[in-house]
Amino acid sequence: MSILVNKDTRLLVQGITGNEGNFHATQMAAYGTNIVAGVTPGKGGEWVLDGKVPVFDSVKLAAEATGANTSVIFVPARFAADAIFEAADAGLELIVCITEGVPVKDMMRVRAYIDQLDTRLLGPNCPGILTPGEAKVGIIPGNIAIPGNVGAVSRSGTLTYEVLYALKQKNMGASTCVGIGGDPVNGTNFIDVLEMFENDPATDKVVMLGEIGGTDEEQAAEFIATKMTKPVAAFIAGQTAPPGKRMGHAGAIIQSGSGKAEDKIKALEEAGVRVAKHPEELPDLLG
Amino acid sequence: MKIHEYQSKRIFEKYGVPIPSGGVAVSAKEAYNIATDLGGKVIVKSQVLVGGRGKAGGVKLANTPEEAEKHASDILGMDIKGLTVRKVLIDEASNIANEIYLGITNDREKKMPVMMVSAEGGVEIEEVARVTPEKIIKVHINPLLGLQGYQMRDIAASIELPRKNWKEFGVIASGLWKAYNGSDATLAEINPLIITAEETLLAVDGKMLIDDSALFRQKDIAEMRDLDLETESEIVARENDLAYIQLDGEIGCMVNGAGLAMTTMDIVTLFGGTAANFLDIGGGANAEKVSAAFRIILSDPNVKVVLINIFGGITRGDEVAKGILEAIEEVKPEVPMVVRLVGTNAEEGRALLADADMITAETLAEAAQKAVAVATKTVATAKEA
Repeated sequence: MSILVNKDTRLLVQGITGNEGNFHATQMAAYGTNIVAGVTPGKGGEWVLDGKVPVFDSVKLAAEATGANTSVIFVPARFAADAIFEAADAGLELIVCITEGVPVKDMMRVRAYIDQLDTRLLGPNCPGILTPGEAKVGIIPGNIAIPGNVGAVSRSGTLTYEVLYALKQKNMGASTCVGIGGDPVNGTNFIDVLEMFENDPATDKVVMLGEIGGTDEEQAAEFIATKMTKPVAAFIAGQTAPPGKRMGHAGAIIQSGSGKAEDKIKALEEAGVRVAKHPEELPDLLG
Repeated sequence: MKIHEYQSKRIFEKYGVPIPSGGVAVSAKEAYNIATDLGGKVIVKSQVLVGGRGKAGGVKLANTPEEAEKHASDILGMDIKGLTVRKVLIDEASNIANEIYLGITNDREKKMPVMMVSAEGGVEIEEVARVTPEKIIKVHINPLLGLQGYQMRDIAASIELPRKNWKEFGVIASGLWKAYNGSDATLAEINPLIITAEETLLAVDGKMLIDDSALFRQKDIAEMRDLDLETESEIVARENDLAYIQLDGEIGCMVNGAGLAMTTMDIVTLFGGTAANFLDIGGGANAEKVSAAFRIILSDPNVKVVLINIFGGITRGDEVAKGILEAIEEVKPEVPMVVRLVGTNAEEGRALLADADMITAETLAEAAQKAVAVATKTVATAKEA
């Protein structure tokens, strides 16, 4: 078991003929992910990935022909909202948007629309999902994690890799690793993923990687204190970040005194979460 | 991206929000001419992208064109919180009977824009929010529907706006929403929106922040960027698509990924050092980009040691190594370097750097500790000398 993606995932790649899309589709296929289709408007009828994967002009056509249930999006930022709407309207269950730099206005419109549907969106500006040994949807390097019982959820990409790698060094593996992304308005937040881990029989403990900006970590702390039985360890990045500056991620900013690392750490510690001083401590805190 | 008051107000005006007559001057003479054309009393307002202009003496009332000239001469060139005033806005002075705050921003938690209004305008809204939050009325705007008529009437009623001004207020609130939405703003605020002695509404001050990610479709606004606000390094970083923020420490950091870059700063501090910067080279950085990043870090005279922490995913270790070697060739740095390469093509990268004189580390903690040790030693040596 795992959450969100597994060996039964039938993946469709939006933007499969672009540089990024093609590179990562190749990596995902090499990992063993079942890629059933690609979509690039105007390139329907072509075949990619050594002639194994058909390309369609639209998500609807691709989903009808192949039974795809999950989409991963690699289109440029200006086309990302359209790609998400298209996947949602085609009825896909899960949409993972890797694209960075999507305007926040577009994301607010996306949320207002898809919140009325049964589709789950992950991202944008996220590394995707890795269920070690089963499926990789996105850009998380497959070789840095081994199958195991730790669920990982994070707002950051490379910091996640750092932690998966540190776990692997100690022979600890992950059930599923989920990157929710670094944007202020995204599809899935910490609580959504924590709830899935709580209900997942394959996950025994959870590691959560937060960062400055917003109050998602504080809300997660409340959820952990009241709804979770599994142990959680966490790290919060940006403890030394100056206020008012956007630290690389669109959402990583301390504004009007809100979004500070110390507030998040305090809330998590009060909820019984073990908070690491640096990410390489996390495997030990998980015990 | 921040834009100036006069730019924000011109955008508001385009969407039907009434603003005072006025003009922008870069010299005292121009200020005199604008004040003459306007006739009567004017306000001379410094145009700098920082709050607290009034308290700093950057906003002054002038009764005559001569006074306006004098004030402009005093204000131009003035330093306000580290920024030099290069432009002044000369606005017709208004007779203020009442001040209202009206603004729109994004509510991260609710994932939609929120219009905020307070009958107590003219002061810092954050102060009002902190001390008397009940005095701020919030109305969320569904981004698929936009601001609705009833919402504007509710707001007008809640701040006890005289009924005769409701229609006018509707035009202003709806204009502000359209300006916000049409400009991809993350903040649009009128503070104050005044009720004049003549019982009409007027937006006498305006502020906008624009979403950097949307500048590709806001070309007119993108051109308003004030380069004075940025240091040379920040400009080079932006042109090379690097996320860079200068800090005041001694350890220059080059990292891939925003979360890991913040973590690297944090861990340097944890082990007793100070970071000179935040720098994320992004995913899939090539040698050219790495070289630009390196030059930016080394241009900071406070940097005693450079800490390079790369976790290769999309970014390849050998590409990073090539960039470092190119930059070393070009810049010939005198400061020591600590390098940690892990992940994709890390071994190839390490092999490329083997001949360069660098300190290597396996873990993040080890890299930070070594960098701190070098920085401390450098400081000690400098003191002895």
